[in-house]
Amino acid sequence: MNSPERSRSLFRFAAPHNFYPLAGRLAPWFATAALVLTVAGLWLGFFVAPTDATQGEVYRVIFIHVPAAWMSMFVYLVMAFWSAVGLVMNTRLSFIMSQALAPTGAMFCFVALWTGALWGKPTWGAYWVWDARLTSQLLLLFLYFGFIALTRAIEDPRRADRAGAIIALVGAVNVPIIYFSVQWWNTLHQGASVSLNKAPSMATTMLLGMLVMAIAAWMYTIAVVLWRARSMILERERHTEWVGAVLEREAQGGRA
Amino acid sequence: MLSTFLAVLRRDLLLAWRGRADVLVTLAFFVIVVCLFPFGVGAEPNQLRAIAPGVLWVAALLACLLSLHRLFAQDHADGTLEQLLLSSEPAALWVAAKVLAFWLSTGLPVVAVAPGLALLLDLEQGALPVLVLSLALGTPILGLLGAVGAALTLGLRGGGMLLALLVLPLFVPVLIFGAGAVEAEASGTGAAAHLLLLGGGLAGALALAPWACAAALRISTD
Amino acid sequence: MQWESWSAFWNMGGAAYFVWGSYGVTFALMALELVLVLRRRKDTITRLLRWRRAVGKDSARGSAKEGGTPVPAMESET
Repeated sequence: MNSPERSRSLFRFAAPHNFYPLAGRLAPWFATAALVLTVAGLWLGFFVAPTDATQGEVYRVIFIHVPAAWMSMFVYLVMAFWSAVGLVMNTRLSFIMSQALAPTGAMFCFVALWTGALWGKPTWGAYWVWDARLTSQLLLLFLYFGFIALTRAIEDPRRADRAGAIIALVGAVNVPIIYFSVQWWNTLHQGASVSLNKAPSMATTMLLGMLVMAIAAWMYTIAVVLWRARSMILERERHTEWVGAVLEREAQGGRA
Repeated sequence: MLSTFLAVLRRDLLLAWRGRADVLVTLAFFVIVVCLFPFGVGAEPNQLRAIAPGVLWVAALLACLLSLHRLFAQDHADGTLEQLLLSSEPAALWVAAKVLAFWLSTGLPVVAVAPGLALLLDLEQGALPVLVLSLALGTPILGLLGAVGAALTLGLRGGGMLLALLVLPLFVPVLIFGAGAVEAEASGTGAAAHLLLLGGGLAGALALAPWACAAALRISTD
Repeated sequence: MQWESWSAFWNMGGAAYFVWGSYGVTFALMALELVLVLRRRKDTITRLLRWRRAVGKDSARGSAKEGGTPVPAMESET
């Protein structure tokens, strides 16, 4: 059995002083991938994908709207996952990851709402309708704000980590309930005034452009989160020798 | 185990009775908020009747939110909370007792006053029992969810606003089903489904929230 | 190719305001986030360097408890 050896090599990166240089090496690659994929996705979206038969050119907002909405939901789940790992395994890095994810998730959540509003105006005639999806997205943004505000308001990092983890998990349990309740409420109040569910038949190139943009959003998120986590690690580990060495190298203009 | 539960419950009810001015302030807040709406939207009876379920529910929710910070603050200040956490009794048990005492002293008065206020807003009389029932099922959920938020924000600067930001999104489903029940009854479609969902939510919150709240208290007092 | 000319491209079939409003704000926010993240790194490093000089290099090392031990528990278990 070589499993202890293997788990050791994998868990090695759960230690901040191993993770820090790894993140520094990986982040530029993810950022480059994000840039290349964004350019490719935009080219597919604007120059290859045909004009939509019913919506005209406005539908091209989809290439950021849908990836942003996916990311915002997925990032919250990943945040809750790292929070659970942190509470169960007591690893500091998990909490750092969940807190590094939150601002990017909130940003994508806002982007999904903003682009949804701008897409909604020409297609439904209003910037905002109290549709189930839009409303859930708005509540998700509030959940992000709550998490960020709570972790920032607590000065003791140990308490901030754990309190944030609890609220992330409580939120994750509530997200399906919120979605269900909002949908229920929506069918009672809105009736059939807005039918988002009638998915227009999408051309393959449209779908492809959307997927490429979604992967680009992934790469962007990973790069930004790794960079943000690096700063947080330095801050948290400032009493250790290895951070001292990193800082000395930075002070001499070297590369970490 | 039951004796701990009852002891904490009795103690908290006694404290609430001694500080009954606070309870009355919460109740007065509820009444005043509801009375403000006719001034804001106009005294047209049809309009008031239409918004009555939502107004009553939102006011009840805000009244609950305003009193939530009191749930653990006193015990935190005088050290009782740490004693309780150090004791060998399961924390979820006495947390449940405290939330029950909190609900009996702030939620129950709101539930009792609500039908009178509903008449001010010209709500159909047939919907009054459903209003009471929906509040009786829904406000304990608010208390249970709010207790987790109150535990997490214990002793923080600006804790009140933070608490609102944390728990208000979580209150939305309760608001939807609570106000929805009254509205469904008033419009004649029947409130059974809404009330069943509220009951299910209460059972779920009872099963999960005390543990989450106990964990949050441990984190906050560590 | 979808577009007859660049002006047709920028016009987006009359939906320029909505399409470019979406893309503009999105990319502006992403750029802003990148700038903030990179600046946070620079700020952290300058602040920590100043902090180390203020407390002295020897006492900065393992003086306070909150930073944790250099060897984390995860690794020492195996």
